[in-house]
Amino acid sequence: MDYVAALFTDVLELHGDRRFRDDPAMFAGMARFEGQPVVIIGHNKGKDTKENIARNFGMPYPEGYRKALRAMKLAEKFTVPVVAFVDTPGAFPGDAAEERGQAEAIARNIQEMSRLRTAAIVVITGEGGSGGALAIAVGDVVLMLQYAVYTVITPEGCAAILWHDATRAPEAAAALRLTAKDLQALGVVDEVLTEPFAGAHRDSDAVFAEVRDALRRHLGVLRQVSPEELVNRRYAKFRQLGVLHETGAPAGQSR
Amino acid sequence: MLNWLRRPKYGSLQRREMPAGIWAKCPRCSNLIYRKELERSLRVCPKCTYHHRLSAEERLAITLDEDGFVEFDGSLTSADPLSFVGYAQKLEEARQKTGRPEAVIWGEGTIEGWRTVAAALDFYFMGGSMGSAVGEKVTRAAEHAREARLPLIIFSASGGARMQEGVLSLMQLAKTSAAVGRLHDAGLPYVSIMCDPTTGGVTASFAFLGDVILAEPGATIGFAGRRVIEQTIRRKLPDDFQTAEFCLHKGLIDMVVARSEMRRTLAGLLAFFGGPRLEKPVPEVAAPQGAQT
Ligand SMILES: [Zn+2]
Repeated sequence: MDYVAALFTDVLELHGDRRFRDDPAMFAGMARFEGQPVVIIGHNKGKDTKENIARNFGMPYPEGYRKALRAMKLAEKFTVPVVAFVDTPGAFPGDAAEERGQAEAIARNIQEMSRLRTAAIVVITGEGGSGGALAIAVGDVVLMLQYAVYTVITPEGCAAILWHDATRAPEAAAALRLTAKDLQALGVVDEVLTEPFAGAHRDSDAVFAEVRDALRRHLGVLRQVSPEELVNRRYAKFRQLGVLHETGAPAGQSR
Repeated sequence: MLNWLRRPKYGSLQRREMPAGIWAKCPRCSNLIYRKELERSLRVCPKCTYHHRLSAEERLAITLDEDGFVEFDGSLTSADPLSFVGYAQKLEEARQKTGRPEAVIWGEGTIEGWRTVAAALDFYFMGGSMGSAVGEKVTRAAEHAREARLPLIIFSASGGARMQEGVLSLMQLAKTSAAVGRLHDAGLPYVSIMCDPTTGGVTASFAFLGDVILAEPGATIGFAGRRVIEQTIRRKLPDDFQTAEFCLHKGLIDMVVARSEMRRTLAGLLAFFGGPRLEKPVPEVAAPQGAQT
């Protein structure tokens, strides 16, 4: 969660879902963005190997999603915008996660976020792994970094199903159209944020500046919109996603 | 928006998956069952109570009153927006195999006279996977229930999101969850029934958002696949892991309902919710709603 430190001030981290435990794979907190209050949620992978392990590589359990939901409802109560950072391989596929209702937790978050009566901006910064990502990604605006990916299934998983050969993941990745540019073309992503490189490495400061600029622009616009209007627009935004065909009629998109 | 298509009268159950012949082999107990007997028992094995999988058409046929089902959007299908390798062919094969254009049927019908919007996913059609069309139809079913002030009943049987439509399939989770959310806000009941199997993206969206969640005995219900979980935790999982009974024990669903009791249970729920009922319910109402409420 380098983004939290880089872009926000007065950060107060919130812990726990009040039901089971605090999930270190999910961040939740209150903060200020250029002086204005916001609620931040986001997958938390950690910086080094030790932290990666402690944070389960950013793969939340149900309690992680429930913590995020608690933070979103807090934001709603005080009409504070939500900023969600998405970076996860997916929801954790473990027996304990299943027993505690991983599917229900994700479904509940998706539904509640779709009708949250406050603004929500989503930034996909790294991996957007399927339902585990979408659980905090039903935003009024969905931003995506240039080299991030967002996919319904891992390329390895897809290749294993299609060709019984996980090594053909690159082919599957191409077929899945999971890049920021592809997703913008499909209407799933509103804006792609460029990731400049400094030599061989990503220039973090330049990326932070890109994200800051986008947040400023979109928060400025969304603050002017009433909660009712936000909910209606958000419903319409996701409602129109998908490409349909009426047999006997010419092919056409639903939107 | 809606095409009013008369359904073909469902009549007796149709067999698509089972090979022809007088005898059918139960996949669980391996006993040979006289096929007519199996049909009479709604395809529940008389020896071991294994609930055979049903097509969407069969599901609605055994659940709804015989007359009066009207299908909506019967010709709505997914396109191939990503020109995904092999998808067009897979769709065509599924259409040939099932005789249906997509993996879900939805419409309006009655159960013991109680009016309801009903949808059923079809596992025989590409594993009941949810692409744009399945998501759209489930969404329209919820929206229609809201507009018509009717309850919604959805039978799920699905391996999850349809990967051949990429992230657009994932977006159907958002669309359907939002739509049943609006139904909830309108104060209308939604009963979700999980049949074998209900996994992945369908569980992580509308299937787990019912006011009441039922499941058929022995149905596999879960988010992640068993193999993936075993690889992750490096342990064998117990046999009953992710079964309907397991989910009931863990508090994830409300009831496990045998197929023979499903109709009566649903009628009881609809009666409890107090929706509209036909003036003259079909005469086959043997047990009144009292049994389950
Ligand atoms: Zn049997």
